Amino acid sequence: MRKTLLAAAAAFLLAGSISAGISTSAWAADKLKVGFIYLGPVGDLGWTYQHELARQALVKEFGDKVETTYLENVPEGPDAERAIEQLVRAGNKLIFTTSFGYMDPTLKVAKKYPDVHFEHCSGYKRDANMATYSSRWYQGRYIQGQIAAKMSKSGVLGYIGSFPIPEVVSGINATMLGAQSINPNIKVKIIWANSWFDPGKEADSAKALLDQGADVIMQHTDSPAAMQIASERGKVAFGQDSEMIKFGPKSQLTSIMDTWAPYYISRVKAQLDGTWKSEDTWGGLETKMFQMAPYTNMPDDVKKMAEDTEAAITAGKLQPFKCPVVDQDGKEVECKGGDHLGDGQVLGMNFYVKGIDDKMPGK
Amino acid sequence: MELAEAIILSVLAASTPLLIAATGELVTERSGVLNLGVEGMMIVGAACGFGGAWLSGSIIVGAVCGIVAGTLLSLIFAMMTLGLAVNQVASGLALTILGIGLSGLIGAGFVGERITPAAHLHIPGLTDIPLVGRILFGEDAFVYLSLALVVGVWWFLYKTRAGLILRACGDNHTSAHALGYPVLRIRMYAVMFGGACAGLAGAYLPLAYTPFFIPGMTAGRGWIALALTVFASWRPGRLVIGAYLFGAVTILQLHAQGAGIGIPSQFMSSLPYLATVIVLVALSRARTGGSTAPAALGTVFVPDR
Repeated sequence: MRKTLLAAAAAFLLAGSISAGISTSAWAADKLKVGFIYLGPVGDLGWTYQHELARQALVKEFGDKVETTYLENVPEGPDAERAIEQLVRAGNKLIFTTSFGYMDPTLKVAKKYPDVHFEHCSGYKRDANMATYSSRWYQGRYIQGQIAAKMSKSGVLGYIGSFPIPEVVSGINATMLGAQSINPNIKVKIIWANSWFDPGKEADSAKALLDQGADVIMQHTDSPAAMQIASERGKVAFGQDSEMIKFGPKSQLTSIMDTWAPYYISRVKAQLDGTWKSEDTWGGLETKMFQMAPYTNMPDDVKKMAEDTEAAITAGKLQPFKCPVVDQDGKEVECKGGDHLGDGQVLGMNFYVKGIDDKMPGK
Repeated sequence: MELAEAIILSVLAASTPLLIAATGELVTERSGVLNLGVEGMMIVGAACGFGGAWLSGSIIVGAVCGIVAGTLLSLIFAMMTLGLAVNQVASGLALTILGIGLSGLIGAGFVGERITPAAHLHIPGLTDIPLVGRILFGEDAFVYLSLALVVGVWWFLYKTRAGLILRACGDNHTSAHALGYPVLRIRMYAVMFGGACAGLAGAYLPLAYTPFFIPGMTAGRGWIALALTVFASWRPGRLVIGAYLFGAVTILQLHAQGAGIGIPSQFMSSLPYLATVIVLVALSRARTGGSTAPAALGTVFVPDR
């Protein structure tokens, strides 16, 4: 029996890779072939869906000059290597790998095929033919923090985290810095789901936070479950990755929406023109690589404040991580970016700012 | 007290899909068939259940669609393992993979839609009783039906002749066959019951728990249900303990995190698994001194005619 269960577990892990499907349009020799590797199904309404929307925008923009292929449900880690290589062998000359965990597999394949160009999302390893791109989502989190502080009556925010990695931690910190700029005594309760995607668990986390007195729900997980719980209970919440207003017409305040289309279009254009170079792009609000969903379900003055903050960040006048940044032990963090924290400090953030009572997992 | 009530309500909702799926699998395994396709049948049940409810506007129609979908899928499994005597482990895994793919296909048209979730009961007088009213009379009907299902299965297995025959098939199919019982037909019914329960459990997710459909929304609950069956040593009573314990620790660890008690969240997330395994293993050791697996579980039976 034990053996069968182990076999079941092993096969379950494999199942993910087997179910990765392939979809492609007509083959033609003179078109630029562009490939995409997706983490989830294109219908996940979140992370992968937004990449898919950008791919569709690409097709619309270039028409029959490009031909795109995507592989969905590709597990992170060594298995991804085969999938990426499959795209190379199929003749794709520009390949986007759209999740952090594809970093090493992408690099490995990139070294093997120097004449193919690779674009890896949200990682930090690059090569002559491998560029990286990501967004400064923390800017949006700062705006959300300000809105949350204005909207909260209890003074307690509820935050659902996925994994305690720097991207999520910097999001929590930016939220708190934004919230503290409105209400210095604001509190936050944090629950780690230890999963990017488990609607049931996300819903349970939202319920737990509301039951404990939080009245604004923020999430860094991928499904609209938390939004729906907030909606059911008549509370407000922020969406994630996509527009989620459908799941909380009276609840969604705004949402940080990944809009990769401008970036994908510019990179494909560079490839077509022969000007493609390996670069590191970390786009903020000004690049429109992410955008804020319309500010809804809030009084006009809060909306005005959010729009002003958005404009100030876009213009570069406001830095969410403006120095001095004080960590939760009261120590001032070294300022490596002039008047604000350096990019490296944000990308590797592993501390909570002052005002967060919780302890960071594993610290 | 209000917090305690809220926690218990969340626990009931979180445990119900596990309990329904595990009860079905328990009956299947008691007849001697190991169906590892629970996750696949659940996710297809979720897709069809949501689709049915969305198209018809009725939660009951949705639940029936989920049940039918799970049953149909389990019939494929029955055809392979009983009709063609194929290896059960491999067929079950294949069923899961098939189910995950199929649910994506079926659900593609429903992604992004939402429905009104199953209404919570409200019995005037009873539901308003302080403290226990909402817990005993105020959840959605699935929660209470799942408990009735377990009681029904217990009664069937231990108090009826048919249940005795089903268990006989699971413990020694050759003897059952020699006594003239149609082993394969009985097993087929058991597999279908398991499929129906898995389909219903899957449908519970989009119909009552998180009222939308997204591919992969079962997130491994089928595997947990399978494990619960084993750790409950194939006994309905222990299954209830296991499912509610798992749900309770899951919810409590979220609350503990929210309250900021400072234990690493990675450890907290593993607690439901740890606690459930430890308690159920301890239970089975204490009472029976060992495993009570159906003796013929997972073995192929080909009747000699």
